[in-house]
Formats: sequence, C-alpha cells, structure tokens
Amino acid sequence: SCPLSTRCCAHPGTAPAMNCRAEVLEVSVEGRQVEEAMLAVLHTILLHRSTGKFHYKKEGTYSIGTVGTQDVDCDFIDFAYVRVSSEELDRALRKAVGEFKDALRGSGSDGMGQISLEFYQKKKSRWPFSDECIPWELWTIKVNVVNLANEQERQICREKVGEKLCEKIINIVEVMNRHEYLPKMPTQSEVDNVFDTSLKDVQPYLYKISYQITDSLGTSVTTTMRRLIKDTLAL
Amino acid sequence: AMDTDLSSQDRKDLDKFIKFFALKTVQVIVQARLGEKICTRSSSSPTGSDWFNLAIKDIPEVTHEAKKALAGQLPAVGRSMCVEISLKTSEGDSMELEIWCLEMNEKCDKEIKVSYTVYNRLSLLLKSLLAITRVTPAYRLSRKQGHEYVILYRIYFGEVQLSGLGEGFQTVRVGTVGTPVGTITLSCAYRINLAFMSTRQFERTPPIMGIIIDHFVDRPYPSSSPMHPCNYRAGEDNGAVYPSVEDSQEVCTTSFSTSPPSQCVFTVTKAHFQTPPPVVTDTLKVPVMGLAFSHQLSSSRLSYQPAALGVGSADMGYPVLFAGGLNAAHPHQLIGPGREGGVPPVPSQPAHGTQADQERLCTPLDGVHYSAATPSSSEDTETVSNSSEGKCGSPHDLLETIFIRKVGAFVNKPVNQVTMANLDIPFAMFAPKNVELEDNDPMVNPPESPEAESPLQGSLHSEGSSGSSTGNTHDDFVMIDFKPAFSKDDILPMDLGTFYREFQNPPQLSSLSIDIGAQSMAEDLDSLPEKLAVHEKNVKEFDAFVETLQ
Repeated sequence: SCPLSTRCCAHPGTAPAMNCRAEVLEVSVEGRQVEEAMLAVLHTILLHRSTGKFHYKKEGTYSIGTVGTQDVDCDFIDFAYVRVSSEELDRALRKAVGEFKDALRGSGSDGMGQISLEFYQKKKSRWPFSDECIPWELWTIKVNVVNLANEQERQICREKVGEKLCEKIINIVEVMNRHEYLPKMPTQSEVDNVFDTSLKDVQPYLYKISYQITDSLGTSVTTTMRRLIKDTLAL
Repeated sequence: AMDTDLSSQDRKDLDKFIKFFALKTVQVIVQARLGEKICTRSSSSPTGSDWFNLAIKDIPEVTHEAKKALAGQLPAVGRSMCVEISLKTSEGDSMELEIWCLEMNEKCDKEIKVSYTVYNRLSLLLKSLLAITRVTPAYRLSRKQGHEYVILYRIYFGEVQLSGLGEGFQTVRVGTVGTPVGTITLSCAYRINLAFMSTRQFERTPPIMGIIIDHFVDRPYPSSSPMHPCNYRAGEDNGAVYPSVEDSQEVCTTSFSTSPPSQCVFTVTKAHFQTPPPVVTDTLKVPVMGLAFSHQLSSSRLSYQPAALGVGSADMGYPVLFAGGLNAAHPHQLIGPGREGGVPPVPSQPAHGTQADQERLCTPLDGVHYSAATPSSSEDTETVSNSSEGKCGSPHDLLETIFIRKVGAFVNKPVNQVTMANLDIPFAMFAPKNVELEDNDPMVNPPESPEAESPLQGSLHSEGSSGSSTGNTHDDFVMIDFKPAFSKDDILPMDLGTFYREFQNPPQLSSLSIDIGAQSMAEDLDSLPEKLAVHEKNVKEFDAFVETLQ
C-alpha cells in the first residue's frame, strides 16, 4: 500500500488505493530557491499530466485541443524548465507553492517540509454518501531549506541545485515513461470525474496539492489541504 | 493469427504517426538549441494541424533537412534517425555535444491500439523530449551562443555514431512507445566533459584548444550531411555554415557569429584623437539591446564604443560600422559605414520585436549575454517565440555594434593588435589589415613616465623626493577608459548598470597567476636551507639578544 499517508477529500483516514503509484523526490535548497524549485517540479509533472481541452461530438467521439508550452528561466537557480502555456494553471501552482514557502518560513519550522501533488479520480456515490476520491498517482517532494553564509556558497548552491533539478526532471520523465495506470478516457458525462475541466485552455487530470511542515521535534504540525478548484481560484 | 495483424488502415496511420513524430522530434531538439526561450500558445479549439495535440512550430528549413535525411524512409531496426548537436567556436574548432537517437527495436506490442494509445503515448514522449532537452548540458551552452561559439545540428539516418562524443559520455533515455511493428525509443547521448565546466568558465578561459584539446579531432566519419547552425534563418541554404560577412547585406544571417579574430575594426576614441588609434583584434559584432555587453574568451578587458549616435557630432570620434543582418521576419535596414565620417542616425530601439523584452537576455546573474538571433522563416509570420501578444509582428531595425577589445596593462595574454588605416572603403572593418606592433598601444606600453615620482614610490624609497606625482604616472596603469566612472557623457552613454556589468569580471592580474605564485614559493623553499644555516651560525647572537629582553 502507499507508504505515505494521504487524505482523501471525502474520507479522512482512508489510505490510498492499492494501485496508487507513489513517487518521492527530495531537494535541498536555499530559502529563496524554494518557489522556483517547486514550480519546476510541479510544472514538469503537470506538463505530462495535462491534455488539450476535450470537445465531445456526437456518437461519443471527441477531439482534443492543443497544448502550448513555454520555457521558464529561474532567477535563483541555474536552471530552466518547460511548462504548459496556461496562465490559470501557473497561477494555481504559484498560489500553492507560495503558501508552502510561507509555511516553511513560519515559526515552528526548522526548514523541512514536503509538498504533495496527488492525481485522483472521482467516483460518484449514491446519496447520502459523498463522492469518493481515489488517488492513482502521488508525487511527494521533500524539501530541506539550508542557510548559506556567504555569496560564494550561494553561487555554488545556484549551480548545484540546478544540477539536482536536472536529475529530478530525468526521474520524473522516467516514471512517466513507464506507461503505467492512467484513468480510462472518459465519456462526456464522466469527464469531470477524471479531468479538471475548469481551465479554459488546458485540461489537467484532477489533482490536489497539499503540504506538511515538520517542526523541530520532527512531528508534522500542519497538514493543510488545499483543494484547487475553480471557486477557490476565484477568490 | 489474422486478428492480431495490423489492419491496413492502422498500418497507414502508424506509419504516418511515426513519420510526423520523427519530424516533430527534430523540431523540438533543434528549437531547444536555438539559444532562446520557446513559447507557444495553447488553443482549446483543435486546429487540426497540431500533431500530437502539442503546439510545436515547424521551422521549414529544419523540416526540409529532416525529410532530406529520412529520404522517405521511417526509423526501423538498424535505421535510426539521429540529430547531432555540436558546438563550433569562432576560431573554427568544433566539437560534438549530443546525439539524439530515434530508434526502433523489434519488440512489438501487437495488442496496442494504434490510433489511440500509440498516438497519446507519442504525445507524452514529445512532452518528455521538451523537458529533457532543457536538462542536458548543451542547453545552457546553447542559451549563451552567439559570441564565441554557435550550436549546429546535423541530421542523419542510419547507424548511430557516438564516437565523436569523447570518452565517458552519458546517456539519458527520454522514453519508449511500443507499437505493433516495433518499439520506438528516444534517447540522448551527451558529452559530459563540458558538464563540469560551467558556461562561465567556458567563456572566460583563453585558448579553448588548451582545455579540451583532445576533443578537437577530425571527425571519424565524413559528414554525409552538412552542419547547420541551430540559429540560422530563412534564406537560401547554400550549404555553407557561415555565409560570408559581405553577404549579410542581403541575406539575413547571423552575421555576428562569424567574425574570426582576424577581423578588426577602426575606431577612434575621443581620447586617442591625436594619435593613430591602436585597435585590438577580436571584434565581435553583437546586436545591441540597450547597452549589452558580453564576456570574451580571453581575459582581456572589453570596452565598446556604441554605435548609437545622434548624440555625437560628425567628427571622427565615433565608430561607424554597422552591419546589416538578421531577422527575416523583421527586415532591418542596412546602415553602411560612414563615408565622410558622418554617422547615420541609429534608432535606439532594440532589435527583435518579439524578443524585445528581458526574456531574451540570459539570467542577470550570469552577466549580460546576448543570445543569438531569432530563427524565423519568412513564410512563418508567427515567430517561434510568440508569447507576448502585443509585441509580435512589429518590425524593428536592428542595430549592431562593434565591440572592440582593449588590452589592459596587466593582462596576461597579449593580443595581437591590428589597425585600420582607411575608413573610406565600404565594409573596411571587415578587411584584414596590417598588424601593428603592440608597442604603439599606450595601454600595453605606457607612455614615458614624467619626471616626478608617484607618491607611492616616494614613500617606499624614502628618497625625500617631493613626490609630486601628477596624475600622469597613474594614468599609465589605469585600465579604465578615460571617462570618469559613474558618469554619463555624450561619448559613452554608459549607465551604472552597464558599467558594473563591464567591470565585474576584470582580467586576472598576472602577478596573481598560479604559475608565478608557485614559482616564488618554489624559490622560497629552495632558499630555506641556506637561511637556516645562516641562522644556526648566529645562534649565539640571538640568544644574547633574547637575554637582553628578559
């Protein structure tokens, strides 16, 4: 079963399904590199887990829109990555990463935490039960924030973290290439159980981002769930 | 059994998918080595022409080369499509950096659905390729190309040739897709020796031959296809990698990448107005955006005279070279060299409308580098980087500036200097001229010191000289131009940022070089035994002295 504990939106305390694939990545970064490093990893994953918008036609066929991509240069890391060209998606990720970064910086944190990106499917249940969320892939990025003493160390850190991120990208691509379980392509009535159709230009698989901060005692003090759906973004 | 054989429709579809996958693979790889950021838009309505549901532009020349290499065939067992990425310095040395291989093996997946699963997996593989092309060492190198080196690509079909990558090359697998006729695999073999050289080192270290000398070997296999610069443009591909500079007038080419060190430029600075100006080699024409600088291969200091005028008068005090060149989609005007010393007005707008924003320059902490020009084709009205909607499509005149290199007084490596006698010849600056002796350069050999000693000298030697040093002596050793720092003037409108950038990497003082340090240490060590012997002899004296202190 999944080695990491995660919480389903509807059933707290439920362990993820047996076929939930779990991957863990670890990075050590300087405080100001946290955001860029997280965005690089999350965007790379979502690049592989987003399709164009589906347009259903008669007889159950559908056509797929086009996904554009763009290069992003990091300011604090010698690194560049590719992300999906979708401002909505970028905003959503930046919001989540920003909260994670603030939490890492907050009191009670010794600079260690993890951010999780979970892909799930919704399974409709009959009343009075609410829908189930069944995760099928879980990515966890463990972060260790280091403090550096001088500019020379920072410069080395820029390069080292850049190299590390290159390795992470290769790891991510390796996982993607395994062509393991992916949800079946849904019919029109089911599409919202598999994909996030709220964005106007791309269609990622349903996902949620959560994070945990470890305090100096090594226990996790904050578990925050942020369900990124359209109404949350609208705020 | 019959039902596992591929239907003819499926077979046709599969062949088509593989063919377009190969073409898109080449596009992604070459575009990732152009030296700039790529940006394409998502579109929720399918246009029907975006293969694999991805917005990947097609640079026509690249498609043409790919089709030429494939010659109607598809990757099959033993017949792989390879995209070779190499680097070529301004001195003509070249080195293979990567080989991207699209191969087919015999492992078939008969069960898989062609029109659906294979297609989607090929799409996923292209996304992986987009990601991986940014993480191999050549990516960062390609982002900084244009001055000392360019990145070239070559497509060939057949057997994979990895021997040009040097020893210990590494491989990264991008991914595989099983099909009923075989498994498609996409991977990259890349040279790692450069991985340990940050690009900063690569730019600053002098003779490049000295660093990677073993890699500049003759190619073991004669190129069956010509090399192409990744950042080349529309225009007839005449097979030459670097069109001659004189052609840059009409042909839109990356002329700034082709200046060999023997070219020179004539420039007269205000300070040197009376004497014939000693001018240095290694002129590099670089398009100017704002006031951009670049680092040089050698450790000599770089200064430049901006061609932006309209502030200056028509006197001889300003460099007058402009070369045309560049963007096919944004026709520029050719500004010829001033004939009577007058200078044509130059628009101050930066070039490359679509990239006129900061994203064109590399990250600030790397210093300011100007990346190579945009590749674009005349047919393709949307350039590859079409991110900023408002900025697309407006033609800008391209301004080029000659960068000249002045050799500072303390620079390790003396550079041959050339001088330009005659300004009247068109494109005079491109013609090689007689080499003038270093002796004439006041920067290398300071003029005769005036009689008065510097205060520093005076105090050291205690000769009681009045030590009335004028500024002259100090001038001999001043490496900085004759303009006061942090000030703007009409001649050299240099702002603080530019100043900082220019001087943030001063050349190594020769006295600090390791050789000299090691030498004097060796000398010290050699003389130690003698010194010890002397002290031993005088030990009684020392003891007596110590007694007096107690």
